[in-house]
Amino acid sequence: MKKNNFYKEIYRLQKTIRLTENKIAKNYKKYKMRCPTHLSIGQEAVAAASGLALKNNDISISYHRSHAHYIAKGGNIKKLFAELFGFKEGCSKGVGGSMHLIDVKKKFYASTAIVSNSIPVGVGIAYSLKLNKQKNIVCIYIGDASLEEGVFYESLNFAIIKKLPVVFICENNFYSVYTHLKDRQPKDREFYKLANSLGAKGYRLRQNNPFKLFKELKKINEKVRKNPFPHFIEIKTYRYLEHCGPNDDTNLGYRTNSELNKWKKNDTINFSANYLVKKKIMTKEKILKLDQEVKKQIDSDFDSMKRLRSPKFKDIMKLTYR
Amino acid sequence: MAITFAQAINKALHEEMKRNKNLVCFGLGINDPLRFFGTTKNLKEKFGDERVFETPTSENAMTGVGVGMSIHKNPCVMMHQRLDFFLLAMDQLVNSAAKWHYMFGGQKSVPITIRLIVGKGWGQGPTHSQSLQSWFAHIPGLKVVMPSLPNDAYNLLKSSIRDPNPVIFIEHRWLHEIEEKKILIKDSKKNIGTKLLNKGRDLTILSYSLSTIEILSMKKALFDNNVSYDHIDIATLKPLNLNLLKNSLKKTKKLLIVDTISHPICSIGSEILSQVFLDKKIKLKKNPILISLPDIPTPTSFFYTKDFYVSKKKIFNSIEKILERKLRYNLDLNEIHDVPNKNFKGPF
Ligand SMILES: Cc1ncc(C[n+]2csc(CCOP(=O)(O)OP(=O)(O)O)c2C)c(N)n1
Ligand SMILES: [Mg+2]
Repeated sequence: MKKNNFYKEIYRLQKTIRLTENKIAKNYKKYKMRCPTHLSIGQEAVAAASGLALKNNDISISYHRSHAHYIAKGGNIKKLFAELFGFKEGCSKGVGGSMHLIDVKKKFYASTAIVSNSIPVGVGIAYSLKLNKQKNIVCIYIGDASLEEGVFYESLNFAIIKKLPVVFICENNFYSVYTHLKDRQPKDREFYKLANSLGAKGYRLRQNNPFKLFKELKKINEKVRKNPFPHFIEIKTYRYLEHCGPNDDTNLGYRTNSELNKWKKNDTINFSANYLVKKKIMTKEKILKLDQEVKKQIDSDFDSMKRLRSPKFKDIMKLTYR
Repeated sequence: MAITFAQAINKALHEEMKRNKNLVCFGLGINDPLRFFGTTKNLKEKFGDERVFETPTSENAMTGVGVGMSIHKNPCVMMHQRLDFFLLAMDQLVNSAAKWHYMFGGQKSVPITIRLIVGKGWGQGPTHSQSLQSWFAHIPGLKVVMPSLPNDAYNLLKSSIRDPNPVIFIEHRWLHEIEEKKILIKDSKKNIGTKLLNKGRDLTILSYSLSTIEILSMKKALFDNNVSYDHIDIATLKPLNLNLLKNSLKKTKKLLIVDTISHPICSIGSEILSQVFLDKKIKLKKNPILISLPDIPTPTSFFYTKDFYVSKKKIFNSIEKILERKLRYNLDLNEIHDVPNKNFKGPF
């Protein structure tokens, strides 16, 4: 990446994620994408900054809310749409759906649907990287609920004793479905301190300036690459839509409009656009043009779904074993 | 007044919580805005959040916590919105709950009831749709209950809660809206919930859980075709009591097992077949048929699930095969295979 180019790339990625997710949300109600779908609208900055901070041969692995992580690692968006529609052209042939994404070429190894399920798998990949003397790292995305499963501690412990090149990116959006963190974990717990006290290197970073976040993550990644050791990064963030599905859900009463609006007011995509103009990295017009470019590509990717044909059940009958 | 399966569960929980002041209910989502698919409505309001509490996402630990509470003074009802999430808890279930009474010479038993919801359709996919009753039935020390109708849900949940042993209580998500006219209260000690839903001469159809509802929905078509059949619903899978089935088979000598939510290998269906086969007094005139899911994980795609799940047509065809005659039936072409009813709009 040329100097300053990363600014544009981060913004483009944020925008790509937002517009892809919006496209899904808007069309979900036509009831053709029939699978539980967890959107990342509001959380784009974390994915964009962390995705770009990885090298092509670094590996990432994620959880149920993973569209953004998949896209940020370069995952094919057409194949994401096709997966949601259940076509065999989908990234997992339509077998996995929204919660089971993969792009082997881009080294997005998997996202899985059971809370904390992919954590030890990511650690295993890191051990294998080490055995093979590869200079790459593994980025493991988790939500705040992951810290409630024993396997998180067991995996982190193993990663520490083996000094593995893993970076945990914990997206703390305060909720597990409808339940607030304060009803699930001690009030004054700081995730990064917890990670530290277990023996990992813990950090607490912020999403409000995605460019700064990128630089910080990049630095951490290079450190891990040089001296493999598990790092744990907590980033507070917020989802705008319901836990699962395309709707607003403040009417349910488990969270307030004012809480939601506070985060929306500090929307990271608006921040990035303003920042680029203010720092004279891009003009308003250039940004608008980029927005349109991104939108056009997503529209065309989405429209191409119309040309796909219903797959046949017999195509997957032999898929259980190799 | 009609009552749904979900309301029946709710009613049973309220009554048992009232009856036994030590009973405790917990689970992830128990107090969520939708109140666990409506099954835990007003529980917290009535009994407080010490006895009705949310848990962290910690299935294995919480199962062990439930074992601890139950061997001390507080019987528990634990619940999971998908059976698949409970798979994290196999250590505490199999090595603790199931073994405790036996392993410590019968001094302490584990009165815990574990409600598990099984998903289907709308892309539930490989890890949100598993119905693993046969796993649980395999373990000595567990009881397994899987009702299909509100009355059984009500009576069996009550008897499960009062049972001094661990009971796995499995609810298919598509049953929650099923209605019955009213609740008939049974003796909760004797209730094993196996019963005859239709009486006939030529064929015995055995089913449980959602499969039972599927057979009930075919009743008129079978009647119109003069198919005279016994329909047996087994709601208690362990201990498995096959007396009713065996008596029926002595009469009909033909057996169709409809187990549409399970894979075939080492299943409840295959277990029943083996017990029937081993009973010398039963001589079948035709090869029995076991209808089940294919031996592959559930796919997510709407297009694949259409053929993955068992269609009514397949059930009709199996009946034709056993009876050796053609049946006339209409299939509702507007029926969508991946939702429980036309109003259902995903995702849970
Ligand atoms: C083991 C397990 N338990 C429960 C669930 C149900 N579940 C699905 S998503 C979710 C919330 C997880 O919250 P978090 O990790 O914070 O991620 P977020 O949805 O907030 O992005 C839960 C509890 C599950 N998928 N797996
Ligand atoms: Mg969360």
